[in-house]
Amino acid sequence: MSDTLTREQHLDLYYYMQLNRQLEERMVRLFRQNKIVGGLYSSLGQEAVSVGTAYALDPRDWLAPMIRNIGALLVKGFKPRDIFTQHMAKFTSPTQGKDGTSHFGDLKKLHVVSPISMLGDLIPVMAGVAMGGRYLGQKIVAMTWIGDGGSSTGAFHEGMNLAAAQKAPLVVVLENNQWAYSTPVARQVPVRDLADRARAYGIRGMIADGNDVLAVYTAAKEAVEQCRLGRGPVLLEVKTMRMKGHAQHDPAEYVPKEMFEYWKARDPLALYEKYLVANNLWDAAKKSEIEARIERELDADQKFAEESPLPPPELAEQGVYCDGCHTIEAEWARPQTEVVPPASSVTPVWKVTDFGAVSLRPATPPPPRPAPPRQGPPVHHHKPHQQPARPAASKPPARQSEKLPEQDDAEPAAEAPGSPVPRVPFGRGPKDRAFREEQQAAQKAREHHHKRGRRR
Amino acid sequence: MPEATMLEAIRQALFEEMQRDATVVTLGEDIGVYGGAFKATEGLLEKFGPERVIDTPISETAIVGAACGMSYLGLRPIAEMQFIDFIACCFNQVTNFVAKSHYLWGAPVPMVLRGPSGGGVHGGPFHSANPEMYFVHTPGLKVVYPSTAHDAKGLLKSAVRDNNPVLFFEHKFLYRRVKEDIPEGDYTVPIGKAAVRREGRDLTIVSYAAMAHASLEAAAQLQTEGIDAEVIDLRTLLPLDRETILDSLRKTNKLLVVHEDTRTGGIAGEIAALVCEAAFDHLDGPVARVTALDTPVPYAPPLEEYFLPNAEKVAAAARELAKY
Repeated sequence: MSDTLTREQHLDLYYYMQLNRQLEERMVRLFRQNKIVGGLYSSLGQEAVSVGTAYALDPRDWLAPMIRNIGALLVKGFKPRDIFTQHMAKFTSPTQGKDGTSHFGDLKKLHVVSPISMLGDLIPVMAGVAMGGRYLGQKIVAMTWIGDGGSSTGAFHEGMNLAAAQKAPLVVVLENNQWAYSTPVARQVPVRDLADRARAYGIRGMIADGNDVLAVYTAAKEAVEQCRLGRGPVLLEVKTMRMKGHAQHDPAEYVPKEMFEYWKARDPLALYEKYLVANNLWDAAKKSEIEARIERELDADQKFAEESPLPPPELAEQGVYCDGCHTIEAEWARPQTEVVPPASSVTPVWKVTDFGAVSLRPATPPPPRPAPPRQGPPVHHHKPHQQPARPAASKPPARQSEKLPEQDDAEPAAEAPGSPVPRVPFGRGPKDRAFREEQQAAQKAREHHHKRGRRR
Repeated sequence: MPEATMLEAIRQALFEEMQRDATVVTLGEDIGVYGGAFKATEGLLEKFGPERVIDTPISETAIVGAACGMSYLGLRPIAEMQFIDFIACCFNQVTNFVAKSHYLWGAPVPMVLRGPSGGGVHGGPFHSANPEMYFVHTPGLKVVYPSTAHDAKGLLKSAVRDNNPVLFFEHKFLYRRVKEDIPEGDYTVPIGKAAVRREGRDLTIVSYAAMAHASLEAAAQLQTEGIDAEVIDLRTLLPLDRETILDSLRKTNKLLVVHEDTRTGGIAGEIAALVCEAAFDHLDGPVARVTALDTPVPYAPPLEEYFLPNAEKVAAAARELAKY
């Protein structure tokens, strides 16, 4: 049983995952009845990713889902009726029928940014959300998702790099579901662990088992806490599997049957149900109570969606511009005097501490030591006079700080060249194959050396 | 009434808006310590600090994306393209993310995307473009392209205060060549309103940005030949001020459109269609146009001169039109 979650929270995770799955199963039926206007994208098998990550956020935090993150929208507070009506293009949908799928959001209350179909574009946007929140003193964390496929885009790189350079509190969940439409991940990216890319941005990379909701939650929680402490963005890779085609029209015949079978045996809901039983977190009565609740909610919301009207045609030409229909307001959580002159004024010069030459290293590497100082935080400016101190971030609990790589809050989370990406122990340890092979190779080399020695 | 160049006017607008409203922040390449490639942001960092004047990596998509994200929190970011040509690098972010946000899910994006544009300074094919029409064709954006220092300041202030994404084109040929008295203190120029720069009876020349000046020069020449041309400076391309164009046409009955943008798909075509739809009966001759060639902007001075419209080319076209 997870130490940090209560029994109720454990059951909450189950509720959202099952709600996600049941909702999507109903939508498949609606699709077959021709009641879904456009495409329908399944997140079957990936529910633990959406639910586990979003559950690590506070209500003040921001998220931006991708197409298979309906679970995250449910956790953040959208209702099944929002999802039903969106897919059915109803006037009662969050976009009033102007867009479908999970393309909707809510700036004011839920803090959800709508995605677009072009992959990667959310990352720069959410980097901006994270930077904006920090500027306003809000202490928020921004979270978004990207697939293994989407991680090949230029926007992904530009967003990751800007977030890293700015040390923006952004968690990017790289949802590696093995397939970009019909192309397997190995044909897209010559890297096994996409989290390795974090090193190129000088940020923290983490890997979690995407079918284990508690592993996902624990990793996401740690990533969120890192951001909250001002340590910069985190790239969290979760390994999972898309159990259907790209969308309803795609039977996914290009996926080897054995691969589906392998992952079917790791179904996130079945795994979690076993866990709940093994840890005495529920009983049959509780299970049916939750399932009945889901049934009830989905019945009501599906009925609502089916009975809702389509939008009036003339809505098509409304709302291109904001003609005063919205009030633009920022929620300041710090005194504005800090960001206006004279408090904001600086001497506009760069302080360059690293002249950039190749480091000269001794032939034999010295014993491990803390990372050498690298180029400092994004901007060094000489202050002409004392700036009012920013409130200090609260210290992390001791147990967590042990896990984190050694670093000063003022320094970027960059690793020394040549050191591995810091990892959390999800699937990476003595039981990991790569680790084992490395150990075995070293052992073999030693034996070989001894043999040669004996012969001489 | 102090005298200012267009560049100084833009700098004043940035200063005054940042001073007036702490939600105004600015970001772009080399805009802080260096003060921007054309020094439009010089002095901003010193006054407002690195939290509000953000030097970014060379990442146009990240600049526009981050500005959009900031605007979702109620900030009013001003993003700079070092040269407006580079907006092609973030076309998707501008046209699909920023422009559609309000229409699709009711999320306004109160940001400004500004940058130096236009030719005549031998900048070559990647530092001289006029890519405004890609964005005039994008519902959800506003596109502003001033020709005077006064308008540049007033329109930039309006752009910052607008709840919609505004693309603000700054013609780099005019940056230091235009100098005029501008009012002291706060003033704005409304987006979407054209200006009649010269009143006339015989024909109407519609233009904007650097070509507004070429058109006025041509009109002065035509005056000596007995042709009285009215010159309209559009100032905003989207939304287009249809009424000012149509009112003038109803008076002069002849229309010449002049732009530095390439010919095919330029705004002249849109204006020609507009007058055919709304004022066909008032036309005494064909709608004429003087534009750049349908080629990239070439580098060598004789090539670029041949490519660009100028006062002589405008006057020649006006003489032909006046014969009707």
